[in-house]
Amino acid sequence: MARKDRMSGNEAVSYAIRQINPDVMPAFPITPSTEIPQMVSTYIANGEMDTEFIPVESEHSSMSATIGAEAAGARSLTATSSAGLALMWEELLLAASNRMPCALALVNRTLSGPININCDHSDGMGARDTGWIQIYAENNQEAYDNFIQAYPIAEHADVHLPIMICQDGFITSHAVENIELLEDDEVKNFVGTYEPEEYLLNPGKPISVGPYSVSNYAMEAKKNQEIALENSKAVILEVAKKFEALSGRSYGLFEEYRTEDAEYIMLLIGSAAGTAKAAVDELREQGKKVGVLKLRVFRPFPADEIAHALRHCKAVAIMDRCESYNGNGGPLGSEVTAALFKNRVMITAVNYIYGLAGRDFTVDHVKDIFAEMEDDLKNGRETKQYQYVGLRK
Amino acid sequence: MRTDVKKINEQSKHQELTEGLMIFAGGTAKEFHTGEWRTSTPVFYADKCKQCLLCAPVCPDGAIPVKDSKRDAFDLDHCKGCGICEKACPFGAIEMREGR
Repeated sequence: MARKDRMSGNEAVSYAIRQINPDVMPAFPITPSTEIPQMVSTYIANGEMDTEFIPVESEHSSMSATIGAEAAGARSLTATSSAGLALMWEELLLAASNRMPCALALVNRTLSGPININCDHSDGMGARDTGWIQIYAENNQEAYDNFIQAYPIAEHADVHLPIMICQDGFITSHAVENIELLEDDEVKNFVGTYEPEEYLLNPGKPISVGPYSVSNYAMEAKKNQEIALENSKAVILEVAKKFEALSGRSYGLFEEYRTEDAEYIMLLIGSAAGTAKAAVDELREQGKKVGVLKLRVFRPFPADEIAHALRHCKAVAIMDRCESYNGNGGPLGSEVTAALFKNRVMITAVNYIYGLAGRDFTVDHVKDIFAEMEDDLKNGRETKQYQYVGLRK
Repeated sequence: MRTDVKKINEQSKHQELTEGLMIFAGGTAKEFHTGEWRTSTPVFYADKCKQCLLCAPVCPDGAIPVKDSKRDAFDLDHCKGCGICEKACPFGAIEMREGR
């Protein structure tokens, strides 16, 4: 039976890790994810789980050890943030190309510089093309639920890819909220035991993992990896359905909040979705037809599904908590507009940059954005692209 | 998933390759003739050799086979021609020559 408690996002993910009791966790501390390895090692010290914890000397090593353990046949994971993820860059690609279904608890924090410890999505977005599945959470409950769904997705025979479960640094990771927890045996049954078909520590059945590939093979291998990522979309939905049967909480590739008849939609990722929903509730009372599309799964990118969901609105505000430094907006802005064009959905699409390095994003900001888009559209004006929300000028 | 990797070649379709290009067999490096990379080749003078065996362990490619405590002729399928053995030999029994 479900149990009600109150927890921070880091506590919730650590609790999920204890319930899953994976085989190996190499980790190196970095704010704001430090609490995860700290809490997991406390559970281990208290005899509440028997994961092999490896204190390593850097994130380059934590991801390397995670891959090594996974290849050996152990269910493995690590946790990190920001510069830690950046230091893992080379290994992130190897985890995916070697088809290792390991997990990473990412607590999103900005990348330097200026050096800052607060939330934005520049770390996760920087790793968007590394071949990992990326699932983002709005709050502690979603971070917990997503983590429990991580291994059934990653280890599925049609997938075999690493998975990153992301939550917003401090906003989600450190704020304490109500949460509904599953029982230990429910989680264990849901996740199941890890029984890889091929692994290094398998006597009599030798394998080599990650061999050098000449050009005649490498392109085919990359295509196979890309197919696995495409396959993961159906698996994510299938696992979500099973999770709903267990928990009563339903998940998709994204959540549509009051979008049925919406003329203006705000599309965003993570904790700011809660702020946007609160603003939408207030605006709906004033008769404004507004809604929120909260993206949960960023990799694989549900391009066609997003375009389909937006096809009847007049305008969409695409919110990036990350600067791409490409002179053309943020990563979400680029990918959503490409998805709209490819699907011939010719609505107004405005990209905004918000909340960089922990800058507050408020209900009033959301209202201002909806008002600006409506006003510009009604008066036949183009809304200025990729404005910084709340920038002093 | 276990595939006979010998059936895979450079004409294989992507569907026929193993996941992550994993190799499901042991000792496959032997099949890869790295000796083709060589630009200079060691020549072995058996008459000068005292069988001290300083050369065999320093060879990075294991291309100096040792049998019954005696070194044998170079394994030129795998010798990359680095010349470390020539430097290690105290008796001038190994000489590097240009070419394959």
